[in-house]
Amino acid sequence: MEAKPRKLRVLDGVSIVLLIIATGMVFFYAPMEREMGNVQRVFYFHVAAGWVGMIGFLSAVVAGIAYLRTGNRKWDIIGMAGIEVGLVFFLINIVSGSIWAKPTWNTWWRWDPRLVTATIMELIYFAYLMLRQGIEDPDRRARFGAIYAILGSVSVPFTFLSIRIWRTIHPVVIGTNSPDAEGSFNMETKMLQTLIFGVITFSFIASSLIWHRVRLGKLQDKIEGLRMKVMS
Amino acid sequence: MIKVHKLVKRFGLKPVLRGLDFEVKKGEFVGLIGPNGAGKTTFLRILSSLSRPSLGMVKVAGFHLPAQAAAVRNSLGVLSHQPLLYGDLTAEENLQFYGRLYGVTNLDSRISEVLDLVGLSARRRDLVRTYSRGMQQRLSIGRAVIHDPQLLLLDEPYTGLDQDAGAMLDTILKSVTSQGRTVVMTSHDLVRISDLASRFDVLSRGKIAASTQREDIPQDGLLGFYRHAIESKQESTKLEAANVK
Amino acid sequence: MSNEIKAHVRVSNQRPTFWRAVSAIVRKDLASERRSRELFSAMAMFALLVILIFNFALEMDAGTRASVTSGVLWVTFSFAGTLGLNRSMAVEKDRGCLDGLLLAPVDRSVIYFGKAIGNLLFMFVVEAFVLPIYTIFYNINVFHPGLILVIILGSIGYVALGTMLAAMVVQARTRDILLPIILFPVMLPLIIAAVKASSAFLQGLDMEFIWPSLNILISFDLIFIGLSYMLFDFVVEE
Repeated sequence: MEAKPRKLRVLDGVSIVLLIIATGMVFFYAPMEREMGNVQRVFYFHVAAGWVGMIGFLSAVVAGIAYLRTGNRKWDIIGMAGIEVGLVFFLINIVSGSIWAKPTWNTWWRWDPRLVTATIMELIYFAYLMLRQGIEDPDRRARFGAIYAILGSVSVPFTFLSIRIWRTIHPVVIGTNSPDAEGSFNMETKMLQTLIFGVITFSFIASSLIWHRVRLGKLQDKIEGLRMKVMS
Repeated sequence: MIKVHKLVKRFGLKPVLRGLDFEVKKGEFVGLIGPNGAGKTTFLRILSSLSRPSLGMVKVAGFHLPAQAAAVRNSLGVLSHQPLLYGDLTAEENLQFYGRLYGVTNLDSRISEVLDLVGLSARRRDLVRTYSRGMQQRLSIGRAVIHDPQLLLLDEPYTGLDQDAGAMLDTILKSVTSQGRTVVMTSHDLVRISDLASRFDVLSRGKIAASTQREDIPQDGLLGFYRHAIESKQESTKLEAANVK
Repeated sequence: MSNEIKAHVRVSNQRPTFWRAVSAIVRKDLASERRSRELFSAMAMFALLVILIFNFALEMDAGTRASVTSGVLWVTFSFAGTLGLNRSMAVEKDRGCLDGLLLAPVDRSVIYFGKAIGNLLFMFVVEAFVLPIYTIFYNINVFHPGLILVIILGSIGYVALGTMLAAMVVQARTRDILLPIILFPVMLPLIIAAVKASSAFLQGLDMEFIWPSLNILISFDLIFIGLSYMLFDFVVEE
């Protein structure tokens, strides 16, 4: 078995260091938000996690298209890695959003376009995994995964739009019209810096995780290949 | 009619066909025999354009697969161990449907002719659901030849048939194949296949292990030939494995 | 081989045109359904039950009815629709008939459009059955031309995407449970837009409020028909 590539080791190290610094920035560098207080600090990782979740999904779509065009198994492994990593980070995004919403909106949940779209995306991730689980033939599994990622990615913007339109037809549901109205705040420079740093940090963590997942997938393939050789 | 060169088919990483070479001339009736899991069904699915080859060249009826699949399909009739018939339609309607998909002209008279051939004219208006296994298989032959294909691929056509039904299928197959069609048939029923085919190929571990013309079958008969081919194949793979180590 | 060996009819065939082949599949499905009435009875019965359950679950008095009608209708259609989609594909898979279709010298998209059009017709029949019953049960006239338009547009999108997913699901080991799970997350925008447009029509709102939803429906339909056309090959080919 080949050792962990050096670049990956470096990436792991950098990710950990960045995460420590980012956490420090969130708690000590970024100023306290006047109205919401400490709970606003969840916002930095919340946005960063959502960003990574989107990237994971997008990479699965791109890998899906590449797989259908080339039939190279490598793309299937990358797509799967994107979905799995995206799934975890989107969950972080949704849960952290909920934690923020409770004191700010006084409710865990709101039928806001962004919230619903994020949740639907999470459900599409789960559906993707369940679809794959139900198929034994590896080629077919890869093909169907790719197709479903593509269909899902086209459907998600529609979800966002349709919920936003729903709002404009029914203007008075809870409180004010704009979902951003409650709990919005002006970002100070230090806040913005912390946010950007958080996004960069999470991108590093995500690429490291995706890399690990791809490597794992390739090793699995290798084991499978060796097993075939021994058996035949 | 069929030309296959270094065909490889993998499912995921699992190789099923490993560099198979195969050739069939026009008018030949090839019996493809081999143990379970040797890749017979996979091979026929590739020849019938249902499955794509992973590597290698496949040419059927003068067209390349998978690039010219539509042209190949036009001259191909396939009979598998599943009947490929709709239970809620009558025999007639089933043939009508497939005839339309192939664009058969003169469809009504062709249907009558095919039903005569497989001996089901009397029950043409009965639902296929009510047919016995043997009758379904006969109708399935009718379906496979509705567009008068030059090439027939038969995958274990005797599966699940009793003696009588098998004998009846024999007769029909003989008449269908006597018209100059090229046929490739798999079966593990060596007695049946030895009666029908003009050439016998043994498929073992994803390759053609041996091939013989009907008149060249050695003294110990088809069974002996088959056993010998399988054993020598196993030994040679063992040797290969030893060399690798 | 030559035809002179043949004693009887000369057999000639030329590959059928696209729509001829599509219509062969649709006619086959209709003939089969006319005989068994399997799909219709299952879908209609199910739709009826959903409506009845909603009545008690939502305590549908006169006031509530007006506001939830379009929601109840679309939930009914989409749940009944999954039954139809699943069954119509399972018929192809069970006796290997899908292989029979794939062996025919026709484009793969013929199979997609043939099955999709058949499914759409079944949807329409069930909807035509549900609407009068709903009207009688709840004394709300749902025969509004705008609503009919929304139902047509919504059903087209539903079937376009649903046929595609059902064709994948029947090839899976877990096919009995899988379809709703993978269908509804991607179908959601269509259902939301259809519900909104339907209730807007029923409430007699101005077109300016309805167009956004209609636009979503129309673009959803077109995009998913196009995508399915491009991707269906990968669903059925090995």
